[in-house]
Amino acid sequence: MNRESLQNYWKSLKFALYCMTHPLDGFWDLTHEKKGTYAAANTILALTLIIRVAKLRFTSFIFNDVYWEDLNIFLYMGSILFPLILWVVGNWALTTLFDGKGRLGQVYIATCYGLTPYPLIQFFLMPFSNVVTVDEKEFYGVISAASLVFCGLLIVAAMGQIHEFSFGKNILFTIATLFAMLVMIFILMLFFSMISQGIAYFISLAKELLFRL
Amino acid sequence: MKRIFKGIAALSLAATVFATSAVTTNAMNDSYTYNYDYWGDVQASPDFYTVRRVFNHQELGLQDRMKNPQGMFAIGNKLYVCDTGNNRIIEMMAGENESLSVVKTFDSIKGDVEIKELNTPTDIAISEDGNIFIADKGNARILKLDENLNYLMQFDVPVDSTLDPNMIFQPSKIAVDTAERVYCVATGINKGLVKYESDGVFSGFVGAAEVAFDWTDYIWKKFATQAQREKMEDFVPTEYENLYMDYEGFIYVVNGNSSAEDLKAEKAKAVKKLNLMGSDILVQNGEYPVYGDLYMGNGGGHEGPSRFTDVTCLENDIYMCLDRNRGRVFGYDDQGNMMFAFGGNGNMDGYFRYPTAIEHIGHDLYVLDSQDCSITMFVPTDFGNTVYEAIEQFDLGNYDRSGECWQKAMDLNGNYNQAYIGLGRAHLRQEEYGDALEYFELKYDAENYSKAYKQYRKGWVQDNIGIIIVVLLLLILVPNGIGRVKQIKHEIETADIFKVD
Repeated sequence: MNRESLQNYWKSLKFALYCMTHPLDGFWDLTHEKKGTYAAANTILALTLIIRVAKLRFTSFIFNDVYWEDLNIFLYMGSILFPLILWVVGNWALTTLFDGKGRLGQVYIATCYGLTPYPLIQFFLMPFSNVVTVDEKEFYGVISAASLVFCGLLIVAAMGQIHEFSFGKNILFTIATLFAMLVMIFILMLFFSMISQGIAYFISLAKELLFRL
Repeated sequence: MKRIFKGIAALSLAATVFATSAVTTNAMNDSYTYNYDYWGDVQASPDFYTVRRVFNHQELGLQDRMKNPQGMFAIGNKLYVCDTGNNRIIEMMAGENESLSVVKTFDSIKGDVEIKELNTPTDIAISEDGNIFIADKGNARILKLDENLNYLMQFDVPVDSTLDPNMIFQPSKIAVDTAERVYCVATGINKGLVKYESDGVFSGFVGAAEVAFDWTDYIWKKFATQAQREKMEDFVPTEYENLYMDYEGFIYVVNGNSSAEDLKAEKAKAVKKLNLMGSDILVQNGEYPVYGDLYMGNGGGHEGPSRFTDVTCLENDIYMCLDRNRGRVFGYDDQGNMMFAFGGNGNMDGYFRYPTAIEHIGHDLYVLDSQDCSITMFVPTDFGNTVYEAIEQFDLGNYDRSGECWQKAMDLNGNYNQAYIGLGRAHLRQEEYGDALEYFELKYDAENYSKAYKQYRKGWVQDNIGIIIVVLLLLILVPNGIGRVKQIKHEIETADIFKVD
């Protein structure tokens, strides 16, 4: 890795902060000026996952109940990754049919850049949670919720900019994407239950054969 | 040969591993005494109470076997049992060495009254003045007798326009307060407790159970046909099953008929503590509401929630509820935290077939079993006594001693949440906030943790106020200073007089 590409990476990562404060301008430049990189997007996603897991351990027990016996870190990470993948694929699949200018990779980069507030805010909430009492619970709750709303708004704004959609069309396609995610989940469930039934059929067939032989 | 040896060794090893693992799992699930942790998981516990003796009619030296005994009352060291099926009342005395001896039995009363024989007496209560009150169910009356069983007066069917005049009065459970007012649970009356003044006048209903009402049910009923509506459950309050007057004059009532859903949604209450106004003042600050077992699935032929049939409250505000469904006793403290649960259905000592009443003398418990026709006497174990002492010392303000007792209880039972929280509270009261925090955090007690943390934070700020001010000043001054230095430097560098041409 040479110095130039490292600098480039660092610059694109810092650009996430600019996107956070200037969503419309920032996300326009993200794809049109090619200021966003996969490396930076992956870094933001990784940070989000790390912060989400770290929260379990370092947030005060007042705000999070972790039943460690029942916790699967990978499933827990999946609770971010899976919807993210559905969102990216669903959004791309829909918008590409309706004059969306963004490509699949660009949707991914923009969505990841939109997640920036989550690690930033939640990181400082971890120590904060340890110096408040139950009476001051609301402060934590409001800030925590704000970080999520912030992410949501950024992602919606990002989609509008990279697809070059008007405001109304953007909202429409946000809702449509959510439906697309539901449809995909439905098909996945259908697929898995079909596959498991198919496998069960062959297993019982094999068992039957073994009994007869 | 060697291979055979190896095989046998491996087999026996496997067998031991399997056997021991089976034993450990059984020990976890079949613990006689247990408790729930923060997550609602069952935690095995050393016994809190242990069976000292089981008294049946032979042990007590009675001629006839008891028949379906229903009620029990303890005052001083005397224990009264209503031998309902034999229409008699047995008066017993708790003596030395945990013995019970029959003082007398009686099945009829003296004095100026028409019906002298008792008919299915279901409950008995003694006032402070020594007068005896008997719920004489079969004769549709509550009797008031003096200590020599002379008839004084009787309480009849309440005269109230809302009651069916043809209804037969069936008083089943009674309690008497210090002014000899009578509170009665009567079969077929669901408006609450029937309250009589000391002169025998019915003065109203107290503490009606609220109706478990759901607006979805209401909408369904609007659309249902007549036939469907009749099949639906009615929105009627359930009858109380039993009541108990505690040492302060508050009445504990239990309700054994609520559905699991209502209990879990806290729409129905299994236990209530009524004040004089008839409103519920039971504190429910525990992790789970007061309704006994958390797990209501089918097990051993019993399913559904715990059905509380009687309750008794010790002088240290620990109250025990008796579950007739699974034959268990649940102890709760004044904050609604479960202290212990023990028992089960069966024929062994310490297990019940159909328990109907629970009473206490001191810290000892007596449980009446109506099918086994016996009285089981429980005494607290070392562990139980330690916990009781810890609670009583805390109430007295001896936090140091209370902490020691909780520490001992924790040594005896490391799974005991109350010990950790008790120890934390003792530390909190002694202003040792750091230690208190540790114990509260271990058992997820956010409320107490916050109380301790507030003080801890205050103390920390007070101790370090100097450092905090210095750090804050530095934070403001240093960037400011650097800015100024830079500015001056810049001015010097760009000043005209230093310009070198």
